[in-house]
Amino acid sequence: MLKKRVIATVLVQAGQVVQSIGFKSYLPVGRPEVSVEFLNDWGADEIIVLDISATSRGSGPDLEMIKRLATKCSVPLTVGGGISSIRDIHSLLRIGADKVCLNQSILKSTRLLEQASEVFGAQCLVASIDALAIDDVYGVFDYKANQSLKIAPTALAQTFEHHGAGEIYLNSVSRDGSEKGFDLELIDKVCQAVGLPVIACGGAGSPSHFVDVFSHTGAKAAAAGNFFHFSEHSITVTKSMLRNKGIQVRSDTPATYLDATSDERGRLLKKPEPFLEELLFSRIEKEVI
Amino acid sequence: MKNPKITVVEYGAGNTGSVSNAFSRLGYSRVKVTSQPEELLDSQLVVLPGVGCFGECASNLRSRGLEPVLRQAVFDGGIPILGICVGMQLLAECSEESEAHPGLGWIPGSVRKLSPKEGFPVPHVGWNAVHHNDTSTIFSRVPDDSDFYFDHNYAFNCDSKFVLATASYEVDIVAAIRSEHIFGVQFHPEKSHHNGLRLFRGLVEAVTNC
Repeated sequence: MLKKRVIATVLVQAGQVVQSIGFKSYLPVGRPEVSVEFLNDWGADEIIVLDISATSRGSGPDLEMIKRLATKCSVPLTVGGGISSIRDIHSLLRIGADKVCLNQSILKSTRLLEQASEVFGAQCLVASIDALAIDDVYGVFDYKANQSLKIAPTALAQTFEHHGAGEIYLNSVSRDGSEKGFDLELIDKVCQAVGLPVIACGGAGSPSHFVDVFSHTGAKAAAAGNFFHFSEHSITVTKSMLRNKGIQVRSDTPATYLDATSDERGRLLKKPEPFLEELLFSRIEKEVI
Repeated sequence: MKNPKITVVEYGAGNTGSVSNAFSRLGYSRVKVTSQPEELLDSQLVVLPGVGCFGECASNLRSRGLEPVLRQAVFDGGIPILGICVGMQLLAECSEESEAHPGLGWIPGSVRKLSPKEGFPVPHVGWNAVHHNDTSTIFSRVPDDSDFYFDHNYAFNCDSKFVLATASYEVDIVAAIRSEHIFGVQFHPEKSHHNGLRLFRGLVEAVTNC
C-alpha cells in the first residue's frame, strides 16, 4: 500500500537555512548540509530544498550547494528556487536532485512546465502554489512582486495539472511559521480540484497536525520546515502518532517510538525509571548494510 | 568486500548523481558516470538510470550511439545491467508514452499508462511496499513488504516469468523484473534510504558471486 509522506522542507536564503514566518521574517537555522543529513537520518520521506533568494539573485540554482546536499540525502531530493530553463533542470538532475519544484517561472506562463514535462516527464515536476487568504477568499501570492494575484489556487492547480505538472506543493502563506496547523479547507479544495497528488505545507506545529491533514483532506503528503528543525525527534514522533492512528507511513529508522507516551503538544515524555534501567543491559546490534 | 567497476550510463536522462552517490555510500569507489563505450565495455556492472519521458530517453540513448554498445556489453560481454525506472522501461519492446520510439526489447513486454480508479492519483509517487520472494539476487538482503520510493506514470507489463517483485496501487504493478543477468526496478533504490542500499548491496553481491 502506498504510504502517506512526511516531508521536510529546507528553506535556504543566501546559503543559510532559515525559518520563515509569514513570508516576511527569516531567522537563521544553520548550514544546509547539516539540516539535510539529520532530516535524512531522522526518517523524512523526502526533502524539499527551496532557495528563496535564488530568483531575486537572478543567478539560477546554487549548483555547488545542491551537489553537497545531495551526497547527504538518500531519500528523494526536490529542489526549487531560481530554475528558469530546461538546462537548469538538466544540471540539477545530473548533480543529485531527483525532482524540481517550480513556482515563479511558471506563475505567468506555463511554457517551461510544458517543455520540461516533455523532456523529464510529469513525475519529475512539482508545481508550487503559495496561497493567501484575504477576507476569506483564497488568492495566489506572488512572492517576487510581493502581491496577491486574483486567481484561485484551485484554478491555478488545474492549469498546472493540464500543462504537465506531476505534483502540487501547496503552501499557505497565512499559516507559514504560525504553528497553528495546516489550512485544511484550502488543502481539501485543491485536492478536490485536481487528480494529482498534493503536498500540503504551512502551519505544522505538532504531530497531531499531520493526523488532521491526512484524516480530513485528500493530501498525499504533508511538509514542514520549522517544526522538524526545532522539535526533537519530531519526524519519528510524528510518524509513530500517525501509525497509532491507523495512517500508514514508511518506517525505516531504528527507533519507532510506537510505545512512547507524549504530552498534549506531542512532545515525548520520559520513560519510567525501571524501563531505562533495563536498557542498560540490552544489547542493540547495529545493522551494517 | 569486492569492489567492482560500476558504470552509470550518462545519456542526458537520468538522476545519475543520485545513483553514483548511493554506490559511493556503500563504499564502492570505482563508480563512473559516463557514456564512453570503452568504459562501459570494461565494467562489471552497468546501471541505466532514468528520469524522463520514454521517447526522449530512447532517442537520447540512440543518438549517442549507446544502443549497440550496451547490447555488446550485456549480450557479448555478459555484463549484468540494472535499469531503474525509465531505464527499466527501456528494456521493453515499446511504450504507450512514445509510440514513435521503440524500446531495446531485451525483455518481452510493453509499457502502459497507469490508470487506477479514482482516489489513486497518477503519478504513482511515494513509498510503497514491494512484494517478492527473491532470496538470491537483488532482494537477498531486503525483507518482503519493504518500502521503496516510486515515481512514475507508466508501468511495465510482461509475462509473469520475468516478474521478480510487485507493488500494489489499486492494481498490481510490476516493481522488478529479471531475465538472466538483466535486471530492472520500477522504483528508485538510489532514493529508498536503507532499503535501497540493501538492494544495491544485494545486486553487487549477486553479480560478483560473493
